This record gives sequence, structure tokens and C-alpha cells, in this order.
Amino acid sequence: MDPLLELLHQNATIARGDLAKMLNLSVDEIDQRIRRYEQDQVILGYQAVVDPEKIDADAVTAFIEVSITPERGGGFDRLAERIARFDEVKSCWLMSGGYDLAILVEGNNLREIARFVSEKLSTVEGVVSTATRFRLKTYKQNGMLLSQPANAERLPVTP
Amino acid sequence: MDFSRYIADRVLEIPRSGIRDFFEVVQTMTDVISLGIGEPDYVTPWRIREAAIFAMEKGKTGYTSNLGTPKLRQAIAKYIERRCDISYDPRTEILVSVGVSEALDLALRALLDPGDEVIYHEPSYVSYNPSVSLCYGKPVPVSTSADQEFRVLAEDIERVVTPRSKALLLNFPTNPTGGTIHATDLKPIADLCRRHDLIVLSDEIYSELVYDGAEHTSIASLPGMKERTVLLNGCSKSYAMTGFRVGYACAPGPIIEAMMKIHQYAIMCASNMSQEAAIEALENCRNEVVAMRNDYERRRNFVVNRLNEIGLPCHSPRGTFYAFPNITPTGLQSKDFSLRLLKSEKVAVVPGSAFGNPGEGYVRCCFATGMDKLKEAMDRVEEFVGKHAQS
Repeated sequence: MDPLLELLHQNATIARGDLAKMLNLSVDEIDQRIRRYEQDQVILGYQAVVDPEKIDADAVTAFIEVSITPERGGGFDRLAERIARFDEVKSCWLMSGGYDLAILVEGNNLREIARFVSEKLSTVEGVVSTATRFRLKTYKQNGMLLSQPANAERLPVTP
Repeated sequence: MDFSRYIADRVLEIPRSGIRDFFEVVQTMTDVISLGIGEPDYVTPWRIREAAIFAMEKGKTGYTSNLGTPKLRQAIAKYIERRCDISYDPRTEILVSVGVSEALDLALRALLDPGDEVIYHEPSYVSYNPSVSLCYGKPVPVSTSADQEFRVLAEDIERVVTPRSKALLLNFPTNPTGGTIHATDLKPIADLCRRHDLIVLSDEIYSELVYDGAEHTSIASLPGMKERTVLLNGCSKSYAMTGFRVGYACAPGPIIEAMMKIHQYAIMCASNMSQEAAIEALENCRNEVVAMRNDYERRRNFVVNRLNEIGLPCHSPRGTFYAFPNITPTGLQSKDFSLRLLKSEKVAVVPGSAFGNPGEGYVRCCFATGMDKLKEAMDRVEEFVGKHAQS
């Protein structure tokens, strides 16, 4: 991966001036390259990684396995894109194996998700079946461990 | 009671480490950003720690073979073959030690007779000089300088060779200067060693941490050098495993045998679970090493760019995780600089003089620290240098 992307992937808030120093580039070059990545949609956006349980204890995340009927010509794309458009759907992937789509759904409470599944998702023509699995606890979110290991003390001066 | 009567003369004669004095001052202070460490800021990669836990679960808690477990010695042989293109027989030519420090001590004890001279390049790791003295040897320093990017030159070594010269101690990449040496510069040094019949002790603990696409070359890989080189390496720096204490020596069988004699009576063996962890590190952690090295390289760029901007000229080190800026523009001696910087700005760096006389005028700044801390530390150094800039 381009080191610039790698750094932004680790921490998107890092200042352009610091990026420039770390990569031995000028701030202008950094700006240009980031703009190009944004235009080419290599960088899709910037988000804070939040611990959902700290914001709202009732918030619910569900992982739903969806089986759909592929269509002649488009395969799974048309249906998958239609499902992905729902705001509740945070991620949507076509999977190999026993089902077709895996979707990650977030809602403010259990009822919201139940309604989404029964009223929206299941009723989409071509959806054959769904299996909904609810998150019980989060241990790692987008590469971030939630239980930060106590930073082991290092001696301040060593040879 | 006058205890100096009881302490051996050669121990009394060894001065206290400059780092130790400094450490004691730092310890009394809070909120210090330390660039004084000599180890990675990473915790050991999880899969290595997990291997150590698994080893303990399986009850691997006893002694191992004095030389180290056969599996680890095989892993070391494969690793060295892959990285340095030298073949060592894991049965007779590899010894696992408690860190490179022990391996170096073993090598010196195995090789030196009283009065034998060991040539080494300064600024150097703090233990080389006293380790040689403790083995009744005579340490013979050769200076290296920033204009030569802290490479050691064959002609400078040649100048100090005497009939008593027994060994040449090399450390590239170098702690504290970050200096590296190219294969073309190693060749005349290898020629010299063959001509004067010197054994080379090559401490290559930082060999994984080289930047700008540079390749590390071990002097042992040069023609005719394997038979007169003790190659020292370990897991501490490349795999962030300092606390595991795993180092190793690769050398001709008779030298390993001699080192093993001392090791078996003094130490017995390296920790069993640490050896298990080291196998995981050497066999399966290429990605982790590369990721850490890439990260160090970016931090190096940041720190070197900032130091030069601040007005402390700093060559860009091509290895290790140390920057070695020249602090003479402040008009301060390196010890003064470090103490004042610590007291007024709470940033700890190590005075270059702790690494031998040629280190005077420099300080060692370790960039194996998180970016946020490095940024803050550089801002504080800037503030400090601003106050002390000579008009």
C-alpha cells in the first residue's frame, strides 16, 4: 500500500505538515495525492471509530445472512445494491458459501432492526431467506481493541 | 568498612555508565517524554506472545539443551541463510544466548587472553568497552564521524592494529549513530582482518532496521570471512522482544564449543518459553517486522526533518531507531544539553559522550516512540534550542 494511504488508514486526522515530514514530500504533493485518492474514490470517506456501547447502551448491531435469487445478466448486483441503499445497512458484502449477502445493520433498538428485517429486507422481491444474528459484546472495532491493554511501562532510559 | 578493598580492581576501574547517571535523574521526574530508550515502543506482536503462552500451557518450562532447542537453532540457521546468504550448521555452529549481550560476553571470554586487544568503533554501544576490560582485554577505540556517516574505515582500523590485536568488534547498523556500512566498505575491512589474522565479532542486532531500501550485508558473507567471524544477532530489536532475552551467536564450531563451555556453567540455557516465542518470530513474523520497520522509517523522516529545521544538524540514519543530531550550535556540551533539556523541557535524550569521546557534541534521540510524543518532544526541543541559540 502507498505509505500515505497506510498512514491515513491508521489515523486520518494526522496533519498534512506532519505527513509531509514523515514521507519526505512537500505539503503540496501530499494535498494533491490525497485529492486524487478522493476523486478516484480510493478514499471513500473519513470516520471516527466509536465504541457503540459507550454512546447508547440500547444500540443494536446485527449481522444478517441473506439468500437472494441471482438474476440473468446482473447476477446479484441489482438486488445487493438495492439492499445496500437502506440507511440501516452499514456494510454489505457478497459472500461465498451457504448464503449470498452478509449485511451489517445498526439500529437504535431491537425493534428497529426487527422492523427493518420483517418489513423491508424480507419483502424485497428476490430475497429468499434471512438469518439475523445480534451482537452481544464488542471486543474489537475496525482494528481497534476496546480493552486497551495497560501500556506496559518502559524504563525511561536504556542503553 | 572499605568495600573497595573487596571489589576486584578491574571492576573498580570501570567507570559508571553515563546512561545510568542520567537514568537516575530522569526517574525522579514526572511527565518526561523519553527519547532515551534503547528499545522498540511496540509491545511484542501478539502471535509471538501467544506462542510463549502456548509453550507454558504445554508445560515447556524446563531447561533446554545448552545450545538452545534444536528447533530454534534450525529456525536461526534458515533465517540467517535467507537474510545473509550464509549457511551455519544448527547442530554445531549456533548457540542461543540470553540476549546478544550475553553472546558478546561469551565470545570475548572465549577468545581473549589477558592483554589481547579488541578494536571497536566509537561512538559505540555502552557495553563494548567495559565488556572487553572485564575479560582482561584491552579495548582499542577507532573514531567514526558524521562526515563519513559514522562508517568505520579500513585505514583507521589499520592504524591501531598491533601484534596484540585479536579481534575487531563491528556494530552495523550502529547504536547510537544509526550508521550503516555498505558491502564495498566492508571488503577492505575483511581483507585487513585476514591479513592481520583478526577475528570479527559482528553485532548485527539492528540488521532488520535499515531504511531507504538499503540491504544489510553481514561481513561473515564475504569470501573467507565465515571462518573468522562470530555473527551476533537476536530477536530484541526486530521483533520488539527485548524482555524475552533471546540472542544468538553463529560461528565456526570450535568457537561455539568454547563459548558453550562458559555458557553451560554460567547460564545453562536461555529461557525455554522465550525460545519457543523466538521460533514463532523467526518463522512467521515477516509482515510484523516490515510493518514496524516502515513505521520507524516514517518517524525517522519526521524527526530528522524537524531536527534539521530546529537547527540541530542531523544526518539521516540509514539504520536503527536512533537519530544522532549535532548539538554544538547551542554551544553546550552534550551532557549539559541533555540535563538542561530534561530539566527545562522534560525531554530525555542521551548525551553522546555516554557512547565514547567521539560522541561529544551529539545526543542520541530514539524515535521508537509514538508520533504524538515525537511531535511534542520536537516542539519542546525547538523551544529549548531557541533559548540557547548562539547569537
